[in-house]
Amino acid sequence: MASVQRLAAVDAASAPNIHARLDGVTRVYPPRAGHAEVHALGPLSLDLRAGEFFSVVGPSGCGKSTLLDVLAGLAVPSAGTVEFEGKRVLGEVPDGVGVVFQEDASFPWLTVDDNVAFGLRRSGVDAAEIKRRVDFAIGFMGLRDFRRAYPSQLSGGMRQRVCIARTLVLQPRLILLDEPFGALDQQTRLLMGDELLRLWRETSATVLLITHALDEANLLSDRIGVMSARPGVFIDIVETGWPRDRDSRLAERPDFGAVTSRLWSFLRGESLRALGQGTAAAAR
Amino acid sequence: MSRGLLSLRAWRDPILVAISLVALWQVLHEIAGDSAVTAPAPTLSHLWEMIGQTRFLPHLRETGLAFLQALAIAFGGGVLLGVVLGGHKLTGEVAEPILVALYSIPKITLYPVILLLFGLGMPAKVAFGALHGIIPVVLFTMNAVRNVNRTYLRAGRAMRLSPAQTGWHILVPATLPEIFSGLRIGFSLTLLGTMLGELFASQRGLGFLLMTAIDLHDVKTILAIAVLISAFAVATNAALLAIDRHLHRGAAADSSGK
Repeated sequence: MASVQRLAAVDAASAPNIHARLDGVTRVYPPRAGHAEVHALGPLSLDLRAGEFFSVVGPSGCGKSTLLDVLAGLAVPSAGTVEFEGKRVLGEVPDGVGVVFQEDASFPWLTVDDNVAFGLRRSGVDAAEIKRRVDFAIGFMGLRDFRRAYPSQLSGGMRQRVCIARTLVLQPRLILLDEPFGALDQQTRLLMGDELLRLWRETSATVLLITHALDEANLLSDRIGVMSARPGVFIDIVETGWPRDRDSRLAERPDFGAVTSRLWSFLRGESLRALGQGTAAAAR
Repeated sequence: MSRGLLSLRAWRDPILVAISLVALWQVLHEIAGDSAVTAPAPTLSHLWEMIGQTRFLPHLRETGLAFLQALAIAFGGGVLLGVVLGGHKLTGEVAEPILVALYSIPKITLYPVILLLFGLGMPAKVAFGALHGIIPVVLFTMNAVRNVNRTYLRAGRAMRLSPAQTGWHILVPATLPEIFSGLRIGFSLTLLGTMLGELFASQRGLGFLLMTAIDLHDVKTILAIAVLISAFAVATNAALLAIDRHLHRGAAADSSGK
């Protein structure tokens, strides 16, 4: 046992640029009344390199969000291990990990300012530092004119910015985004994508983005993991090789389409399989 | 500036209600005459006199105490029960239809049973008031707890909140608007229940004064007490409604002001 631990430590030291690691992770939902056991994920392994932008694409229901939950510590894997900065993640979100959800998670009873400061105020950071970080995040996300507004007065895109700012003030070193732009229109998505790239460059955090939009994954990412239909495993990991200071104009490049095509060639069959699973389940 | 406007708007409705009621009252008086409805002005001065009399105060205190105790039971018990039922899915699903059925029973039919259980006097009034008020508080609280947006709780975990912080900073504010709506309805019904309880088989309180006045055909006193209770109910309800609206401001998608 001790030797295994020592081996793991040596392993982490020899690969210092591994920021987070999933090793043989599965997630099985136990059977409940009226539902059979669901094998949602894995076994799946992934090394997230420090500072990279990694996206996960896959057919709907393939366990993308489960992957994020497990990596964040919001869900416990049924088997396998999750590590963040060399430490085991065990059913609790580690310090240094920030999560942005697909659903609107802004608190309707707080103003934009109070929403952004929410996590910081609970963490025992002193008032001057809170103000400094909140001011920065509000400015960075373009929310300066809306500081005293309530979320109900903002559009969906603005609310998602509030949620990103709220995560940003905690200065996460690993940012996990679960389809954060899923509910937004196409133009807003593109602009938010550019902002996400800017955020990634300026914070030099590691980013893992779950998305169903292939173009978005292509544009934003250094690497893209393509997941199979349930139970989700990686069937391909694509290196895009895009320059670090990219933005949405990247889509004009002639080789941009080739990456999207490659993603789709892997995904098409899987999506059909996932669809088949859906209809089979409905027929049952 | 906007604060002044807001309080003006909050007071507009009760003032309009009061003015129309007095006008209606005057019209009724013209039609029915003094033997059924006394005029507003003499009735109000009679009320003023009554309030000044020392023998009136014990009755006011009796009703006030009964109401406050009933309210405390309805609010405290209702919120507690609602949180328990809302937090436990199965119990809540079993309890809800029972509560809804109880809510629809005309509870006055149970008053003889209450009297037999608690005897004549204060406890019966308190019990009857609480019985009226508690059910809407339970139902609203249960739904508030049940419908808490799970994403808020996940966000709390993602921000590494302790269970106590999650409770105080997320669960309480997330459920408060709906619970408060329940309290507002519970308030009106508790008042109704307490007054009903006082009308029958009581020896003190505003309800007792009212029944005595009916026996003596003292129209002025009947109306004076009615005005007193109505004024209290309308004013308090307006204040509660203003707070209710303030709490719901976040949920109102069409709110325009900044």
